[in-house]
This record gives sequence, C-alpha cells and structure tokens, in this order.
Amino acid sequence: MAVELDVELVSPEEVTYSGSAEMVIVRTVEEGDIAFQAGHVPFLGVLAPWSVDVLRPGGERDTFAVHRGFVEVSHNKVTILSDVSEAADEIDTTRAEIARQRAAEALAVDAEDVEAAAALERAELRLRVAAA
Amino acid sequence: MPGGRERELRRRIGSIQSTKKITRAMELIAATRVVKAMQRANAARPYARLITSVIEDLAAGGAEVDHPLLRQAPEVRNVGFIIITGDRGLAGAYNTSVIRTAERQVMAHTSEGKGYSLCCVGRKSASYFRFRNYRIDNAMSGFSDNPSYDDARHIAETVSESFLSEAVDQVELIYTEFVSMGTQRVVVRRFLPLIDTEMMAQEGSGTGREGSFEFEPSPEAVLEALLPRYTEARLYGALLDAAASEHASRQRAMKAATDNAEELITKLSRAMNQARQDAITTEIMEIVGGAEALGGGDTTDVDIALASMLAGTDASMATAAGTPPA
Repeated sequence: MAVELDVELVSPEEVTYSGSAEMVIVRTVEEGDIAFQAGHVPFLGVLAPWSVDVLRPGGERDTFAVHRGFVEVSHNKVTILSDVSEAADEIDTTRAEIARQRAAEALAVDAEDVEAAAALERAELRLRVAAA
Repeated sequence: MPGGRERELRRRIGSIQSTKKITRAMELIAATRVVKAMQRANAARPYARLITSVIEDLAAGGAEVDHPLLRQAPEVRNVGFIIITGDRGLAGAYNTSVIRTAERQVMAHTSEGKGYSLCCVGRKSASYFRFRNYRIDNAMSGFSDNPSYDDARHIAETVSESFLSEAVDQVELIYTEFVSMGTQRVVVRRFLPLIDTEMMAQEGSGTGREGSFEFEPSPEAVLEALLPRYTEARLYGALLDAAASEHASRQRAMKAATDNAEELITKLSRAMNQARQDAITTEIMEIVGGAEALGGGDTTDVDIALASMLAGTDASMATAAGTPPA
C-alpha cells in the first residue's frame, strides 16, 4: 500500500506512541470493532475498554490496552486520546493476575460491586493484551 | 572587652554563610525542577490541544447537547473557587499573590450576596483561609510541585460533583499562569459551567477543518464522554503551569536571598576586620603602657619584644605605641 496512516497515542502526560501503520483496529462503545486504513472518512468515536491494534507496514503489530478514550481519524491521521492506556510490553502480568483474582473474589461476595466488576474487566483486558 | 565584638561578628558571618549554603542549594534544585516542570507542561500540550480540536470537530458536526456541565444557572447563588498554590513557602510572592487575588474574588462575590465554596489546592492556601475562618469545603495537598493526572482527575471530579449537585452554580479557577521563566501571572478563569462548544473551539487553535465527520455512537454521546475529560485536562494544565511557576518563583527568590547573603557577608567581614584591628591596637597600647609603668624607661626584655612586634605592624601603629598611654 502506498499511503500509510500516521498513528499517535496521546495521554494527558505525553505522546506515548507515534508511528505509521497500514491498519489500526479499535473497538468503540457500540460493541463493534472498526478498522481504519488510509483514506478513511473523518471519524470520531468513543472507545470501549478494549485493545487497540496497530498493524505496522513491516507486518509487525503493536497492541495497547486502552481502558477509556477517544479515536479521531482525519486526513490519514489516527489519533487515540486516552488517559488510561498501556502498551502490551509495559503490562505487569503478575500484578494483573493478582488484581484479576482479587476482583473476582470481591465479585463472588458481592455481585453488584461495580468497582470490582470494572477492576475485573481491566485486569482481563491487560492479561489478554499482554498475551497477544 | 577587646575581641568581644569581633567574636560576635564572626559568629554572625558563620550563620549567614550556612544560610547562604541552604538558599544556594534551594536555588539550584528549583532551577532543575523548573526545567522538568516546563518539559512536563510541554508534553501535556498535545492532549489538551487534541481534546480542543475534537470539540471543534464536534461543533462543526453540529453537536448540540444539554449536558449538565454546560448548565448555565439562571441566577448564580453560590460560587466555587479552586485556588492553586504551593505546599511550601520560600517562593517569593508566589503563594501570597494567588491568595490575595483569591480573597479579593471571594469578597467581590460575597459582597454581591452570593455564597462561596473553597477548594484549596496546596497547603499554603488552605492554611491561610483556615486561619481567617473561611469555610473550606475541599483541601488537597502534597502534590503541588509535581502534580499527576490522577490529582487533576480527583480535583475535577470533586468540583464537578458539587457543580452537578447544584451546590455551586459557577466555579472559578485561580492559579498562576507560566508565561516564561521571567513572567508568571495570576489568572482567574471560568472553570464551570463550560462555555458552549463554539466558544471552546474558538479558545483553541481556531483552524477550521472541514466537517463531515462520522460519529460513533453519536455527536452528542461523544461530547458527553468528552466533557469530563476536557475539564480534567484543563485542570491538569493549570496544575502543571502552577508547578512550573512555583519553581520559577522559588528559584528567583532563592537567588535574591543568596545574593543578599553574599552582600551581608562582605559588609560584616569589613566590620569584623576593623574590629579586630581596633582590638590589636588597644592590646598593644595596653602592653606598652604596662611595660613603661614597670620598667621606668630602661631597655628591658619587654622593650625588645615590643620592638620586634612593631616591626611587623604599620608605621601609624608604631607612632601610636610610642606615645605614652593616657
């Protein structure tokens, strides 16, 4: 493919990732995955807590766990704004595993515990992204 | 007692010297921190800019929503204030100027019959307003010189909550804006209610991009998710600016203190040298007087000793020693 996408992952603290990609796959709150390639129409969406996959031109794949944020696509530029995101290799799997167990236990005691449910979701996302 | 004044001066010089060491160290620390704070403020800029540009796109996409954060109260009864100061002093007029501006704002609003609600960020503003018996609703501290995004989120959530529960109808943000290393100024900004989207867009870069965006789920839903993030990003920016300003002010204040200490040391050293000289003169005169009273004018051991001593001192002292003591 001749045209590539510019990808930027921006957190409030800094620009955490920037590079070019052939395709970017995200999931929006509508529970649907959406992939962007060069020439995509301008798009603005709210991200679900899910992974963001960046397919690099060389065939490599960078994966991030994005717990909350937005995606904006315009002029072959994909910008992901997120205040809670991690790259796959930054994830501490042992910690995530402990967090997952703790959340699952809390949820077993009180099924209505919203915080535990969110924690469980986060931990599972981390583990899934780290394993990918 | 000869030498008493000299000893006292020496002690003062010593104490000023150790103070100078401290102020110098603080100056150097502040200098490195201000650079770091500036870097963090610069690193945070893309996010704030992008959030604003997303709002711009939303405005272009025609998103019109009735979000609670945009609620314009028909009549403002209670005003909230977020006052951002440092945790520590020794930063020149940094804390005082923010506090003074804040107090003036509070007074201006209370004189119009409105209620107030204070959210003090940083130990200095909290202790000032507590001492003066203001009612403080929220006080947060411990992160003024190195704020994290979580701190900003915490403050933004607390303040938004009291706005959404209609405890306050308007929130003002008072902090120090970092213009440059040499200039920082205290500013009062409207924090809530958020002005409408077009205004926010104008506050940003203002580069009109073509519309025709696809929104998912919908422009309204995106805006609704975005507004809380926008308040957080704004507050985070304010905290970073305040931190950079605090370090810059501290650096300047400590540099002035170090310079003053140096000047004081020079002055006191001169005074001390003079006092020592005076003491020596007095001592010599006492010895001469004593020798003359003992020896009755004959050449004695004392005279020889005195002559060799005088060879080392200047001519005026020799003359002084030659004249009989009164």
